[in-house]
Amino acid sequence: MAASTRIDIDVTLRRPGFTLDFRLVGNFGALALFGRSGSGKSTVLSLIAGLLRPDRGHIRVGGVTLVDTAQRVFVAPHRRHVGLVFQDSALFPHFDVRGNLRYAKRFGHSDAGDAGGSEAERTGLALDFDEVVGLLGLAPLLSRRPATLSGGERQRVAIGRALLSAPRLLLFDEPLASLDAARKLEILPYILRLREQAGVPIVYVSHAADEVARVADAVAVIDAGSLQALGPPGEVLAPAWARGAGGFAAVSVIEARVRDYDEAYGLTLFDHPAGMIALPGRIGRSGEPHRFVIRATDVALAVQRPRDVSFRTVLSGTIESIERDPGPIARIDIRLPGDERIVALITRKAVDDLAIDTGDRIFAMVKATALDERSLAR
Amino acid sequence: MMTLGFSDEELQAILLTLKVATVATLGALPIGIALGWLLARKRFPGRALLDGLVHLPLVLPPVVTGYLLLVAFGRQGWIGAWLAEHLGIVFSFRWTGAALASAVMGLPLMVRAIRLAIESIDRRYEHAAATLGAPPAIAFFTITLPLAAPGIVAGAVLCFAKALGEFGATITFVSAIPGETQTLAAALYALTQTPGADAAAWRLTAVAIAVSIAALMASEWLARRVSRQLKGSV
Repeated sequence: MAASTRIDIDVTLRRPGFTLDFRLVGNFGALALFGRSGSGKSTVLSLIAGLLRPDRGHIRVGGVTLVDTAQRVFVAPHRRHVGLVFQDSALFPHFDVRGNLRYAKRFGHSDAGDAGGSEAERTGLALDFDEVVGLLGLAPLLSRRPATLSGGERQRVAIGRALLSAPRLLLFDEPLASLDAARKLEILPYILRLREQAGVPIVYVSHAADEVARVADAVAVIDAGSLQALGPPGEVLAPAWARGAGGFAAVSVIEARVRDYDEAYGLTLFDHPAGMIALPGRIGRSGEPHRFVIRATDVALAVQRPRDVSFRTVLSGTIESIERDPGPIARIDIRLPGDERIVALITRKAVDDLAIDTGDRIFAMVKATALDERSLAR
Repeated sequence: MMTLGFSDEELQAILLTLKVATVATLGALPIGIALGWLLARKRFPGRALLDGLVHLPLVLPPVVTGYLLLVAFGRQGWIGAWLAEHLGIVFSFRWTGAALASAVMGLPLMVRAIRLAIESIDRRYEHAAATLGAPPAIAFFTITLPLAAPGIVAGAVLCFAKALGEFGATITFVSAIPGETQTLAAALYALTQTPGADAAAWRLTAVAIAVSIAALMASEWLARRVSRQLKGSV
């Protein structure tokens, strides 16, 4: 069950050389705060958790006022029921894993409800110790000390610890930033599973577009301390390239339904209005919607339906725009049937050699091994 | 009577010194932790003044500290008179006064060590405890205090060592009454002023060296144990 909650933020915080002036209202299940480092996204998390006080403004979550300078309300962090997963996990070094988890379990419920609001809003999610251990695969780690854990294991424990405090809202502060690529792949499925099974709304801070696209339903782009854009990942993330937030980080997000599983080749085939998507392994059930995150650098283009190529995933669409600057790389935005877009980064020379232009029909090819998917069980 | 080659008076001085140093350290510990935490974690008006006051005994001539203690905690002193009347606690010319003087002299060293230890704790651990629902007092006792333990041990040892050798403030405040306030240092000083007491002076010197080395070794061992427990290596 994916829960959602109303988040209402309107805060100002002034620091020497930096002003945060952030407004955001809406119902969110999994909200990502996306932006460069120093954009103020982690500051927003600290304000929600109560580790910082705003100079002015209010933050309400699920109808509960956590801080309101006009009403002189400030709920102390330990009474907010907001779980926070730190970038470097911040596990207590003098407790073993079990001790860290128990710490949360012990104090998490101790004073439920001091923040006011209705009964339903006050009670956070109450997961069992064993449930959390099972969900995150922590059983083999319970008697280990944090110092002996790998970065990925530490982060899993940190997530479990935050869950056990029965949070109404779970905050992630760049939980994967300190992990290498392999560890990221190890943790991400747990975060996705948690989102679908634990029933707690999350706010996820990251500067990695592909990570954000997989985790979040809604993305808030933050820059220089204020909200720049808010919307579904597919709409908000693609223009990241134009904003210069790391040229090669551009991603596309598309949705497709499972058609069937090809037993002989071990591929799951997905139907998309623009064509077929093939993914290794057996994934989901027939008819189930899935979301794909496709990095713009993984997309190749052809002007005719490709025949003798190895790509099994071919999507046809029309070129919506071609952006080129004097650099060697051009960006092609392709509109797909079903009102979705896919972005490709190819060389400027390829654009000229293929002689493509806005409005042309084009085929976008993606290697199966480059596809990321996540279930959209809703 | 002679025990282990020591005269009664010498033995008394040794035991008294250990008692005074132990009580001084234990008494100073809660205050030292509170001050160390206050100076490390809190910003409040008068913080610099408090910092200065705590460190004053470190730079002031010990005789001045002893005299101030006498004025404040003596029988006629404004604090001493009140304490004697309401709580029955008397410091002047008692071993408790020697402990008080030693604690005041040792406090700056203790506070310094504890403050540094607390300042070096990543605030994220305390923040994590708070977001997990632990009230500030619980977070202090379960997170801050255990993580600062090596520094607290170091501070306590410094205070104990200072108390073992305290002389100026003690003798000014409570004099050197054999069996009551005459600690090792005072006894040794008296012996050096007495013709023909060289052998006794040497005995006490040896004791002072032995006690100091034992204290240092004990602190090493304790610090290792605490940090091993903290890191959780087996």
